[in-house]
Order: sequence, then structure tokens, then C-alpha cells
Amino acid sequence: MSLLSIHDLTHWFGGLRAVSEFNLELQPGELVALIGPNGAGKTTVFNLITGVYRPTSGAIIFQGVSLLGMPTHAIIDSGVARTFQSIRLFRELSVLDNVRIGQYAETGYSVIEAMLQLPRSRAREAAMTRRALELLAIFGLADLADTISKNLPYGQQRRLEIARALATGPRLLLLDEPAAGMNPAEIGQLMQLILGLRREFQLTILLIEHQMRVVMGIAERIQVLDFGQTIAEGTPSEIQNDPRVIEAYLGEEAVA
Amino acid sequence: MQFYVQQALNALQVGSVYALIALGYTMVYGILTMINFAHGDIFMVSTYFAFFFSTALLATAEGLHPVIVFVATLLTAMLGTALLAVVIERLAYKPLRNAPRISAVITALGVGLFLENFMVAFKPVGPAPRFLPALIPAVNFNVAGVFVSTIQIVIIVVSALVMVLLDAIVRRTMVGMAMRAISWDKFTVPLMGVPVDRIISATFALGASIAAVGGTLYGMAYTIDPYMGIRIGWWAFISAVVGGIGNIRGAMLGGFILGFVEIFTPVFLPSTYRDFVAFSLLLVLLIFRPTGILGRPAAQKA
Amino acid sequence: MRTSFWRRWRLPLLLLGAFPLTVLLPRMGVINPYIDLVLKYVGINIILTISLNLVNGYMGEFSVGHAGFMAIGAYVASLLTVWVIPNAAGAWLFPVSLLAGGAVAGVAGLGIAFPSFRTRGDYLAIVTLAFNMIIKSVLENLDVIGGPRGFMGMDKLTTLWWVYVWVIIAVFLARNYVFSAFGRGVLSIREDETASGLVGVNTRQVKVMTFVFSAFLAGIAGGLFAHELQFINPRSFTILKSTDMLVMVYLGGIGSLGGSILGATVFTVVLEGLRTVLQGLGISQEWRLVVAPLLLILLMIYRPQGIMGLREFRFLTPRREPGESPGTRDLSRPGEVGP
Repeated sequence: MSLLSIHDLTHWFGGLRAVSEFNLELQPGELVALIGPNGAGKTTVFNLITGVYRPTSGAIIFQGVSLLGMPTHAIIDSGVARTFQSIRLFRELSVLDNVRIGQYAETGYSVIEAMLQLPRSRAREAAMTRRALELLAIFGLADLADTISKNLPYGQQRRLEIARALATGPRLLLLDEPAAGMNPAEIGQLMQLILGLRREFQLTILLIEHQMRVVMGIAERIQVLDFGQTIAEGTPSEIQNDPRVIEAYLGEEAVA
Repeated sequence: MQFYVQQALNALQVGSVYALIALGYTMVYGILTMINFAHGDIFMVSTYFAFFFSTALLATAEGLHPVIVFVATLLTAMLGTALLAVVIERLAYKPLRNAPRISAVITALGVGLFLENFMVAFKPVGPAPRFLPALIPAVNFNVAGVFVSTIQIVIIVVSALVMVLLDAIVRRTMVGMAMRAISWDKFTVPLMGVPVDRIISATFALGASIAAVGGTLYGMAYTIDPYMGIRIGWWAFISAVVGGIGNIRGAMLGGFILGFVEIFTPVFLPSTYRDFVAFSLLLVLLIFRPTGILGRPAAQKA
Repeated sequence: MRTSFWRRWRLPLLLLGAFPLTVLLPRMGVINPYIDLVLKYVGINIILTISLNLVNGYMGEFSVGHAGFMAIGAYVASLLTVWVIPNAAGAWLFPVSLLAGGAVAGVAGLGIAFPSFRTRGDYLAIVTLAFNMIIKSVLENLDVIGGPRGFMGMDKLTTLWWVYVWVIIAVFLARNYVFSAFGRGVLSIREDETASGLVGVNTRQVKVMTFVFSAFLAGIAGGLFAHELQFINPRSFTILKSTDMLVMVYLGGIGSLGGSILGATVFTVVLEGLRTVLQGLGISQEWRLVVAPLLLILLMIYRPQGIMGLREFRFLTPRREPGESPGTRDLSRPGEVGP
């Protein structure tokens, strides 16, 4: 059974069709990239999967369960996590707190227990903090645990966002332009990181990216969107040579 | 039957005043997306402008024609209140134009309370209710069993005139066009050479002077006191929201609806339920149709 | 045990030690009745400020009608002590009355929690204000509890030491809430509500919890208030009261319990101090009421973050036990990949 099954997903914003009959089958462990010009509907697909919008029509099935109509937090709890095109950290909160918020679903104690500082709440808090710090260590952020996140340099903010997403314990990770704004050295590290994370956490990854080096470097399959419609699918080399893709998009990419 | 016509007339009278005040709320919201919670208290201050001016005028110049007294009082109140509103805008609201919304709203609440308590503490005013001196002779006519007073007629007619005038200003003049433009897009308009600050001040001034018309008219029929701004301001605000905040015709419609609520609630329920009905109406609307009856539907939020 | 016994128990022992003082000093006349009253008001205001800070400061929502919850707590507690509880047991069962008032207020908190799912910002402010007005209006229309004339007959059950205890309880509960996973959920809603949901926070659940808890605290404060004044009427719980609460929250600093304590204390003391100052200068007392709104306006323009900003006192912040040492694996470094 596919991990994620999307059939004929269509979404209208008023009179504008943002996504048109989008189809995708993701098998566990795959790393698939979604590319296309700006405004092609890629982030909209992410928003539809995570329940920010309810699709006009179509089906989204994750681990055999339909995600349509589920509240966002429930979708996340079921194993889907995402990052954002523009970083959306909890800016006034510390690095550690950002990650711990990702663990909300597995809090494991009640409000009353928290308020009265009963033993289970303290034990769970300590455990969660430990796990959060371990996660941060993987990203090289453990020493910055108490730094207010808005004070981090850009590259580290991006990594923190990924760490936070991983804190939710996902099976499927949606990365929205993780390499945006990075220099070539950082991009190289990012690519290693993504591959490492996939192996370490047994993730399936769906990636939106404009940086062709990343896409061609780590994606196993690529799907190309333009004006909401899929215009090509295939392996990196197939896509690179597809005339439709070249015409629609690849002329303006930034290859390192 | 006569009873209902009578009450409808009363509702029209009260509703006119609410509509005039509601216009001020709606205009400021339209241009700054800010709810000027102090507007009800600005209305209250306008009634005192009318009070002091008319008292002084009638004391010094005997035998003036009522129309002159009325118009002079009206214009003075309008001018004074407009000035007050501009001062408040410049001192308290302008510094917060780029601050988070909470700051502006809380400041507005603060300004309103400041005005109320200032008027209570300020000796010449004080907390006791006052009557305006009679600006025009109050004569009652009996039209087919329904009592109509000159004051009532003046209130309804003058309000209607002002509303028509405002509608014309907003739709037909450059200032009005600038106001509407700013309410649609605050950022591009300055790039077109429109002096945004002055238009904003003009909006406040206009809204306040219309409220002052309402204040003078109100003072002719009822007593005034420093805390009336809370009650009337809130009812006028509900009017604006009911009609569709940001929408001028909505404010007028809302005003009349609330006028009817005020007059007809005691017919069916104990009169102490009026506040309850009005605020419940507000609550229900805010939950199910926050943009009001004539308001534009809210934009999609991501 | 890593932290020493003394460090861990220092604060609770200090608070316990101060308790007898709150009982004895008023009794012995060391603290005169006026100071006693002011201290009680400081305590009640601290609870109110914490209550509002949870919603406005920590959660970034917009309630300007919290006086309504105070009113509910005041009335419910008063009705219980006057009508239900026999006089002799009044003082013993005082906490029961207070808790009942808080509980009913907490349930009323749901009335704002649900609209908050769909409205934010200015609109929520209006909803909370409408709520406040409706509560006031309902209380005025219930002649059985006195209507506009108010309700009286309560014994003066609010003693300084009771206020002291309840302030400690309020701070204790609030502090534990704020530093728990739920508290972090609250903060995440303030920072970015959409992102919060998208990292798995059940924002509706958090909102309900926070509004109910906040209303509960306001209700407790209301009950304490009622049994100090021994008389309550709907007019005590209008927007004016809500504004006082707003001033204290923003004066002390949003998102800070220490700020709430400071803001409430400074505000109460300054207003009381003004009473004496104005008397000395021969200016009428009504000018005191002009101070709060003026203060609010100046605060919003010149120092919106208040005294404490978003910072918190050390003694209130939980310390992390050292020894939760992270590993040193950095997957982004080449060569570190894989087990």
C-alpha cells in the first residue's frame, strides 16, 4: 500500500484553479520532488495535504486513511509534518521550546497534573526535554537550546524548522523550499542532512525546491507542475531532457 | 395602529442619532481598519460643546431667531468636536499606526475613558445630567392621533440631510475618493501623491463633526451626562457592525435597526432587557456574519 | 538529588514563613486597617492580572471584558455564603464558595473560548466586551439577586492571610501551566496560530483550557472582592473594571507572571498613593480616575512591553537539570551520516 495516495486533487480559489487533477503515489522511503515555476500550485498542494484548505475535489489518503476534513493538528498527529517556504518559527521562543512544541501530541500528562506538578508530569517533561535535545544535537543546535530563535542566523533557523517538524514524529515529511536563501556550502550540507534524516528516521520525503542542484542531486522521482497541472513526471534525467519542462521552467533555474 | 406609527416615529428619531454616530465608527474603520472606541465619548463631548455654546449664546444675545441659534450651536459643536478628534488622532493614534492592533484598540479605550473621567472631574461639567437650553421652540402637532414634535422633525430631517451630504462627499469629491482609495489599499495610495496623513485627519474630523450633529440633536431631546458615551457609543457601534462596518450605507441602516430595537423591545419585554437584546444581536452577528448586513464578505485567510 | 535541598525548598519555606505574619500583623495592629485593605486589593489585583495576562499576554488573544468573569465569581460566591451556607460555617467553607464562584466563571469562560475559534483581534475584543455587557445586563435584570441595587449581606471573610494564600495558589497554578507543554502551546498560538496547528498543537483544546483557567482565576478574585466589600452590584463590573485590568497587565508586561505581580502592585499602590497626594493638594478625588486611562495611553505609545517585557523572574522559571546531555551526532556533517 502506498504511504500517500493523491487522486485527482483539484482546488479552486474563487475563479482561479490553483491545482488541477493532481495525482501522486508515494511509497514508503521515497524521496520525491515537486518542481515548477512560482505560482504553479506546489505549496497549495502542501496546504491541501495538511488540511489548511479543504480541496474542492479529489482524494488524499495517508496510510490508508483519508485526510479530507481532518483538523490540521490531527493530520500532523497521524504522521505528516512540514516546513514552510518562508520560515515560520515561533520567533520569541527559544530553540528548545520550538522543538518541544512539536512534541505537543505526545505530552502524556494532563493539565491538572501539570498544574499540581505531579510526578508523571515532571517525568514526562524531563523525557521530552531529553529527546528534544537529542534531536537538536543531530542538527548541531543543542548548544543553542536557550537562544531565542529569532536571533539565530538564517541557515540555522531553517534547520530548526526541520528539527521542529521532526519532533512531531512523522512518517512523511513535506519540505517546502528548504534550500531557499542558502549558499552553496550550506546547500551541500542540507542535501547530506536530508538523506541522513531519511535513513535515520525512516522517512518518506516530498520536497518542493527551486534549487536544481538539490532536486537533481537527491530526488529519486520528480513531478513538474505548471499552472496547477502536472506536465511531466519521471526520473531526474528524464525531466532534464523533457522539452515541455524546459520550456515551462528550467530556463530560469539557479544551478550552482 | 396609531401606537405603532408613534413608536416607529420615535424609533426613527433615535435611530437617526445612532446612524450619525455609527458613521463616524465606520469611516474610521474603513480607512484605518481600526475601531475607534473613543468615538462614543467624542460624541458625548460634542453634546457639551453644544450645551456650553448655546447657554452662553442665549445668555448674551437675547431674542435671536431660533434657526440662527440652532445653526450656530450646530456649527460650533461640529467645529469643536472635529478639532478634538484631530488632536486625539495626532497625539494618540498616529504614533501607533504601525504598532500591533492591540495597542491601538487599547489606546482608544484609554482615550474614551480619559474623556469620560475628565468630564466628571472637570468642575464646570461634573457628573450630574444637564438639559440643553431650548434651541428651537418645542411644539407638538397632532396628526391623525399621532403626536409629532418640532424637535422630532428637526432631528429626522437634519440627520437625513447630513447623511445625503456625506454620501455625496464620499462618492463625488476628491477627498471622498481618496478616503475610499486608502480603505482599499493603504500602501499604494501614498505613492500616487495622496497626502495620506491629511486624509486620515480629514476622515476623523468628518466623522466627529457628524457625531456632533448627532450630539446637538440628541441634546435637544434628552439629558446629557459624562457617562452617556458608553451607552450610546456602544449602541451606535453595534449599529455600525450590524450594517457592515466600513460601509457607510450600512451604518445608516444599522442605526435605524438599533433605533427600532431600542423602541420596540420594551413593547414585548421589560425595558431593562434592551441592553441584553442589543448585545446579543451583536454577539450573534459577530459569530455568524461578522461583516454585517451590507458588508463585503471577508477575504480568504490562509 | 542534583539541586541542593536548600535551593529547592528555599522559596516555599520563605512563603510559609511569611504566612504567620499575614495573620498576626493585622491582628496586632502593626498593620493598620487601611494598609491591610490596600494589601488585600494588591493581592486581588495580582490574581486578576495573572488571569488576564494568560489570555492577552501569553496567548496573544484579545479579551477586554474579563470583569464579566469577576462578576460571576463574585455573585456565585456571595449567593452561596449568604443563602446556602449557615453563618457559623461561613468562614470555614469560604474556600468552597470561592471555588464554586471560580468554577462557574470557568464554565462561562467557554462562552468566549468557542467564538475565539473563528474570530481574532478586534472582533474578538468586541465579542468579549459584548459578553461583559450581557453578563452585567443579566445581573441587572435578576431582581432575585438584587438587580441594579446589588447584593449584600456577606460577612467580611476576606482576610489578608486568605488573600495571601490564594495569590500563592494562583501564581503556583499559573506558573506550572505556563511552563508545561500546554503553556508552550499557548505561546505558540500567540506567535503563529496557523503554524501552531501545523506542528500538531490542538489549538482549540489549548484555547478552551486557557480561557477556562483564566476565567476561573478571575472568578476567585471576584469572590474575594465580594467578601471584602460585603456588597456587590453590576456596576462594579463594567468596562471600567476591565480597563483597570488591562492597565495592570500592560504595565507589568505581557507574558510574564512577575510582570503581573509588579503591574498589579504598582498600579494599586500608585492609585492609593494618589488619593493621599490629591488630598494634600486639595484636588478632588475624581481626578484619580483620569490617571489610569492616561497611564494606559502613555504605556501603549511609549512602552508597550511594560516593566518586564517578555522576561520572567528567575525564581519562577523552572531550571533544567544538567545531565540531559545531548549526543554529538551532527547528521549534516559529511561522514556523520548513518549509524
